[in-house]
Amino acid sequence: MTEKRLMSGNEAMAEAAIRAGCRCYFGYPITPQNEVTAYMARRMPEAGGVFIQSESELAAINMVLGASAAGCRSMTSSSSPGISLKQEGISYIAAMELPAVIANIMRGGPGLGNIAPSQSDYFQAVKGGGHGDYRQIVLGPSTVQELVDLTVCSFDLADEYRMPVVILGDGLLGQMMEPVSMPGMRHVEIKEEEWVLSGCRGRAPRLLRSLILDPGDLAAHNLHLQEKYRRVAAREVRFESVFTDDAELIVVAYGTPARVCRAAVAACREKGIRAGLIRPITLWPFPREEISRLASQASHILVVEMSHGQMVEDVLLSAEFRVPVSFFGKAGGLTFHIDEVIRKMEKTNQKSKIKNQKAKSKKQKHKSKP
Amino acid sequence: MEIIYERPESLKDVRTHYCAGCGHGVVHRILAEIVDELGIREKTVVIAPVGCAVLAYDYFNFDVCEAPHGRTPAVATGMKRVRPSNVIISYQGDGDLAAIGMAEIIHAANRGERITVVFVNNGLYGMTGGQMAPTTLIGQRTATTPMGRDFRECGQPIKVCELLSQFEGVVYAARCAITGPGNIIKGKKMLKKALSIQLADLGFSIVEFLSACPTHWKLTPREAVQYIEEKMVPCFPTGVIKDTIK
Ligand SMILES: Cc1ncc(C[n+]2csc(CCOP(=O)(O)OP(=O)(O)O)c2C)c(N)n1
Repeated sequence: MTEKRLMSGNEAMAEAAIRAGCRCYFGYPITPQNEVTAYMARRMPEAGGVFIQSESELAAINMVLGASAAGCRSMTSSSSPGISLKQEGISYIAAMELPAVIANIMRGGPGLGNIAPSQSDYFQAVKGGGHGDYRQIVLGPSTVQELVDLTVCSFDLADEYRMPVVILGDGLLGQMMEPVSMPGMRHVEIKEEEWVLSGCRGRAPRLLRSLILDPGDLAAHNLHLQEKYRRVAAREVRFESVFTDDAELIVVAYGTPARVCRAAVAACREKGIRAGLIRPITLWPFPREEISRLASQASHILVVEMSHGQMVEDVLLSAEFRVPVSFFGKAGGLTFHIDEVIRKMEKTNQKSKIKNQKAKSKKQKHKSKP
Repeated sequence: MEIIYERPESLKDVRTHYCAGCGHGVVHRILAEIVDELGIREKTVVIAPVGCAVLAYDYFNFDVCEAPHGRTPAVATGMKRVRPSNVIISYQGDGDLAAIGMAEIIHAANRGERITVVFVNNGLYGMTGGQMAPTTLIGQRTATTPMGRDFRECGQPIKVCELLSQFEGVVYAARCAITGPGNIIKGKKMLKKALSIQLADLGFSIVEFLSACPTHWKLTPREAVQYIEEKMVPCFPTGVIKDTIK
């Protein structure tokens, strides 16, 4: 590891992408991720790669499609409104089984919203914002160092599974500066694999398409994609747990709010509340099994998000209603203060205690009946 | 015995799905012949559009990539930048290029991308049932202009080659009519020049083919050819519109 440098999340992500062998970047300016585009404009030519400021996000994602079809590690980045425009292209990329990395440094929505941090694009990223039955791997870093590490990882995952990988960060992560150690520069060749379009010298012509008119054939293609997604779900789940072993109150949070929650959990421990934190790192595939397991151990789950309740739906599905799930969220660019999270945790803990006592005394009453 | 006519190697030995009298088949044939003549089959990649030519990959005997509707020039840009020694051809219809994909074509042209555009102008949307395209003639009846195109409602037909000729990055723009053998040979010469420009790395080149759609024009193939000559050519003059390396 090299020595640490102080970098903004956006610039660190751009540098990490180049070090991971990304040699094509296409982007359109939008706050709060403009530093990525500007950094790539300067750095990509130095690295011998391609930078284009595209005419729109539509063009950018389709340039990624073309560059990826030609075998190059390729990336685009944007923020919420621009990511909406990319959805058509992402659906095609998923259908055509091309690797691609897409970073969304989320801002407040809906509509033009604002340029403050948000996590309101979780549904779009995790449930598939474009048309058709497809999935994308979604990574939710919470520190600039993790953003760097996951950026490198995203290119490997995209290549391994030939599918879109989304780095889902919030505006805070993109803008904040933290010390990071960068990985070394990796030399990645332009791919010459059996699906890459490079001209048919010495081989049969190849085709990359998503149009499959025959319903039986398209059904088979869909099953093939689903099989791949199952493989990803079985192998690529990542999460971090903090104090969950004996926790009665489990907090679930990702991205920068997870940092506040981590501190709040530690503070609650000192107050004698047996709290723990689960921080999903892959938002798809979601750490469903772990949350399901904890649902049978804990007495309450609290989900904290910079949205009005998106990841909480996945937590509910994972917990299968075996334990009460509370939600604490805000959207529009407001972030969390540790004190309000602690208060919310205390309240939640209190509620579940009262409920447990009531349940106990009810049981006893039943027992005492003749 | 001397062979004077045969199937180009660049064209697969299959039947196409194109309707009788459709221009796409002729344009495919011309393109395939030129690719053979220039000896570039093994480095050519065609980006197929969304439109009647979406199945072009079933007919061309070289690499083909599909693109979302109108995004063909963006996909071509990504490919060409990664592999500059490949010959990248963006094959597009008039709805694909001049309506939904207008931004992509203008900016690819303005950047002077080293790609060649094969632009098939049949004056309407063939694949979806003959709706108005930006190139539909004034007064022309289509599925969505049942009373004929009214310029105050729908604007004037867009002259793509003239429009793109304004950009310095565009080295060559030409238009021909797929009518008789004479015009088809002219069109072939134009496309050969356009591809040579890409091979010489000089800039963006486009050839527009005025092409019949008898099915949706509701004409016989013979009448459709007449229609191109009498109605389309006066609106879309044929010939070389821009050539900076004459
Ligand atoms: C985003 C999107 N919108 C609409 C369509 C439906 N669609 C398919 S082909 C087409 C028009 C094609 O017309 P043109 O480009 O003129 O080509 P032609 O079929 O006439 O050769 C349309 C609108 C689509 N596939 N994707």
